[in-house]
Amino acid sequence: MQGIGVSPGIAIGGALVIKDVPSVLPERSRLTAEEENERLSRSLSAARRQLEKIRAGAEARLGDKAQILDAQILITEDEELLSLVRDKLQEGLTAEAAIRDGVQYYADLLENMDNEYLRERAADIRDTGRRIIRHLLGAAETDLAHLSTPCIIVAHDLTPSDTATMAPEQVLGFITDVGGRTSHSAIMARTLEIPAIVGTERGTELIRTGEPLILDGDSGEVIVNPQPEVLETYRERQRAQAERKEKLQAVKGRPTATRDGHKVLVAANIGTPKDCEGALRNGAEGVGLFRTEFLYLNRDDLPSEEEQFQAYKEVLEAMAPQEVIIRTLDVGGDKELPYLGLAKESNPFLGYRAIRVCLSRPEMFKTQLRALLRASVYGKLGIMFPMISSLDEVRQAKGMLAQVREELVSEGVAVSEEVEVGIMIEIPAAAVISDILAREVDFFSIGTNDLIQYTTAVDRLNERIAALYTPYHPAVLRLVSQVIENGHKSGIWVGMCGEAAGDQALIPLLLGMGLDEFSMSAISVLESRELIGRLDYAQAQVRVPEVLALGTAAEVKGALAE
Amino acid sequence: MIKREYTLTNPQGLHARPASLLVQAAGQSRSEVTLIKNNKEYNAKSILGVLSLGAQKGDSLVIKIEGPDEAETDEKLQALFAGNFGE
Repeated sequence: MQGIGVSPGIAIGGALVIKDVPSVLPERSRLTAEEENERLSRSLSAARRQLEKIRAGAEARLGDKAQILDAQILITEDEELLSLVRDKLQEGLTAEAAIRDGVQYYADLLENMDNEYLRERAADIRDTGRRIIRHLLGAAETDLAHLSTPCIIVAHDLTPSDTATMAPEQVLGFITDVGGRTSHSAIMARTLEIPAIVGTERGTELIRTGEPLILDGDSGEVIVNPQPEVLETYRERQRAQAERKEKLQAVKGRPTATRDGHKVLVAANIGTPKDCEGALRNGAEGVGLFRTEFLYLNRDDLPSEEEQFQAYKEVLEAMAPQEVIIRTLDVGGDKELPYLGLAKESNPFLGYRAIRVCLSRPEMFKTQLRALLRASVYGKLGIMFPMISSLDEVRQAKGMLAQVREELVSEGVAVSEEVEVGIMIEIPAAAVISDILAREVDFFSIGTNDLIQYTTAVDRLNERIAALYTPYHPAVLRLVSQVIENGHKSGIWVGMCGEAAGDQALIPLLLGMGLDEFSMSAISVLESRELIGRLDYAQAQVRVPEVLALGTAAEVKGALAE
Repeated sequence: MIKREYTLTNPQGLHARPASLLVQAAGQSRSEVTLIKNNKEYNAKSILGVLSLGAQKGDSLVIKIEGPDEAETDEKLQALFAGNFGE
């Protein structure tokens, strides 16, 4: 059986199939509307008490996600829903049928909306409806809080109250008939780090309670009643994964250092404040690149200072005391903002973009700088300017920052004195004069994605020349090495926030060059930290001149694979 | 009667937690609290009403408050929006 793997890992165990409420409910009531109303009220309060109990128990386990239960509690006392349901009681329906119809009405309404999030909320409403109906029918609840043996849960859809009540140590995985990557079961599974598959369509029909299952959360495959040799293969993979995970967890909680004690930072690249959670869970030692474009995209006007301030503050607070490097707006190139009215260009990557746009629109740029400095007191902030190609740009940007700081101070607004100011090194010109630029800033962050493109004159979006686009090109590596060396000569730290920083094959070389900070996707952080922990800095240094003397990308790749 | 226009700036719009917080705040009020979007009215004391409004980040809506404690309710709701629903 195939579904969508939404939470990685392998689970092996017996199925526990959760059956839904019966599809046929009593329709016409033999009681009076008042008597049905009385039954309804009793079951509503019972459902509400149950949800409140679940919520109280789940708060510690689920943190913020327990708030989803608030919405369910509100549904049990919802004025609009209940007036609809009571009308139906007047028409002679049973409370069961009336709730079912009322819930159906609102669930359909949400399901037809053009918003995946709201469509998924329809599940909350149906979940609450089923709970109320179960109380009306006096049906026994599957008690997920007291499972006696570990099992794989198979359900039509797992609801917030299901996932909140279940004892996670007894749940090996989830399989649901419906859902997508953002459905509750998927989000919960990832939060609890339990393998899960959604959208099997007929899982609850085809699987019986007690049947042995294999759930592969990476491929989305469910194997029912596996053959012994298949089972053994998966057990082997499961063991290997568990060992790997265990080993990786061990690197958390202590600084990243090589065997011979050389310390570096492994940070995460993030795109929105919500990404902090994943960054922290994956052991990121700070944020090396917070792209601020999300604030500006998908809207019709510029974000306000207040709005930006809130986002920056949120990230700084979440990551404190670790440093967060926030990159100022990087638009143009492949990222367009219709409301800025930027003209189409024949060479957008060589055109009006990033710092060039910001410096020519001081009002817009200052709004962002104000928001950044205001947020600076909530954590450890680094501000980074993108697309720097000359000393003049660095001075201009720093000048505007100083001006904004003065304004804020004179307004009596608190601004941190510890804010680091750095630049991205992603244009060869900046790399070549990095010795000069280093005197003006607190740090460099090498943006390899663009540095490769500009150094080798390879458009990174052009598929026909994709093979020419490589971080292993000796010219790129020599520039990187030179930037690190120049930075260190002026006593500033040098990081990297392009894809190359998380490339397991390149990390030993970059480490040997003396790179101080590696910033990458959150999911690569633990792997990279573990790798660095196994390396020897002195040895890595020795290898650098030898690799930099090689003539081709293929030779470099070969040498690094040794 | 108090009418006030808001623009949703929190990333989630009026979903999940922000929706619950709004309904809880409106529910405590003794006044009638109505959300107006695209000339349609929705009961702010109903979570289903608020969700079916489908308000997303960047959307504008009007909140109408009518009743004995309208000033106090208005203040509460303003604080909720100003604080981006704690997001």
